[in-house]
Amino acid sequence: MRISPANTQRIMVVALWTLAAMTVFTLLFILGYVLYHGLPHVTWSFLTESPRRMGKEGGIFPMIVGTAMVAGLAVLIAGPIGVATAIYLTEYTREGKITAIIRFGADCLAGIPSIIFGLFGFVFFVITLGMGLSVMAGALTLAIMVLPTIIRTSEEAIRAVPRSFSDVSMGLGATRWQTVTRVVLRSASPGIVTGIVLSIGRCISETAALMLTAGSALRMPHSALDSCRTLALHFYTLMREGISPAHAWATASVLIVVILLINLVAYWLMRRFVARTV
Amino acid sequence: MKISQDRVIGWVLLAVAFSALSSLALITTFIFKEGVPIILKQGVGNFLFSNDWYPGEGKFGILAMIVGSLFVTLGAMFIGAIFGFGCAIVLTQFCPRRLVSIIKPAIELLAGIPSVVYGSIGVVILVPFIRDYLGGPGLSVLAASIVLGIMVLPTVTSISVDALQAVPRAYREGSIALGATQWQTTWMVVLKAARSGLVAAFILGMGRAVGETMAVIMVAGNTLEIPLGLTSPVRTLTSNIALEMGYASGAHRQALFATGVVLFVIIMVLNTIALAVSHSKAAGGRR
Repeated sequence: MRISPANTQRIMVVALWTLAAMTVFTLLFILGYVLYHGLPHVTWSFLTESPRRMGKEGGIFPMIVGTAMVAGLAVLIAGPIGVATAIYLTEYTREGKITAIIRFGADCLAGIPSIIFGLFGFVFFVITLGMGLSVMAGALTLAIMVLPTIIRTSEEAIRAVPRSFSDVSMGLGATRWQTVTRVVLRSASPGIVTGIVLSIGRCISETAALMLTAGSALRMPHSALDSCRTLALHFYTLMREGISPAHAWATASVLIVVILLINLVAYWLMRRFVARTV
Repeated sequence: MKISQDRVIGWVLLAVAFSALSSLALITTFIFKEGVPIILKQGVGNFLFSNDWYPGEGKFGILAMIVGSLFVTLGAMFIGAIFGFGCAIVLTQFCPRRLVSIIKPAIELLAGIPSVVYGSIGVVILVPFIRDYLGGPGLSVLAASIVLGIMVLPTVTSISVDALQAVPRAYREGSIALGATQWQTTWMVVLKAARSGLVAAFILGMGRAVGETMAVIMVAGNTLEIPLGLTSPVRTLTSNIALEMGYASGAHRQALFATGVVLFVIIMVLNTIALAVSHSKAAGGRR
């Protein structure tokens, strides 16, 4: 029996919409599940106290500080390097062999799984450079990990700036560097910031690479050379070792709320950016 | 001396621009330097195709993990491709604009959720379900495939959306004008024109699935046997590294780096294929 084209159309539309609906439902389910099981346990003291008895009691303040330090440092290192790379690729050279090689490096780096970054960070930063399991080793590892994202988003943002802007600036006698810093980067900044914000999100949710580089100390990190445990790793440990499901989901909901906020900010910036360039 | 200032800045930027490439070189060097000696000592064939992983006795064979990674990745891609391509087709072909602005951020958000959260949801929802209704321990190839499938979906979707959007509007309009239905147009014209981009999306998604670690550890069971079916527990290459790195030393640690070398090679092969395919797409687009 042949199904007529009109019926195939109907069947496929229903099937495809079902897939899309299931995807959105999955997202809502995950968010709902985590927040439902976790939010009731998130209290002020949970956010501001140190954990006691391996995290069974007390709070997650040192993990919040550790996560912020690792993510902040990583982006502080990768941000300037990524933006500089993007400036070079877009403003200081023509497409050719060199840009192809640089892009190849970034593309390959983007595909490497986080556990490999973890192995590398462990043998290079932790052991060879003698940093030990520390905030710094974790941050440097993550900086390399998010570098390709920052390069790509900054490059797209800079390319979206109309050519006439820099032509006018150069025509008025500005040097290339003045043009880049005062005209091009200013117009591209929402796009660049979006990339950086998304990278912060990736750092916050990373676990495998940090397990091998930043360690899992429950203490408060006082300097960049102290070991720290990030929120995601704390959640994993509480969950896996069955220490305290309530505290685990509470940690996860803090994590999810932060990720939601980061995505909202990125989305808002992106819309502003698109609105301005179109 | 304004001109020379610009030139100096150009050189500095060029030097900085090479940091991604030099990081890649450093990573490759260190992983291989740590891992390759033990592979050679064990013998390549012995390391890759033996199933004896007894770190205490100095026996390192990773066949079970290679097969495990393969099974889990194929399972994940089955789910990830159906949903990923489905969502991409809906977003680009059938969806009113207003709904796009809801579904697209939702899928992007799915990419932002930490892998440990996926793993935990898998443990509390999926694993008991599989144990109760399909048998086995619940921690299984199937559980890992489903969790990973959801995790690679955003990668597959976002790259496919780009590929589908790059198909010239005229193709679509021409097909519709000739009396084809919307689905016929999508199936016979749009998907065909975007083929290489879709292949790249699939392969990059595959790379994600092979490389994912934390979620897999939580739901896969991690036993050291070659899985016999969908409900058997498995250990993947990635989970082998993450599980044992904490306490390994000496030859054992080197063997874990060697596992990393195998993973690294697999990922590089997949990436190169994806890059080659998407470059041929760029060439096709210009035609």
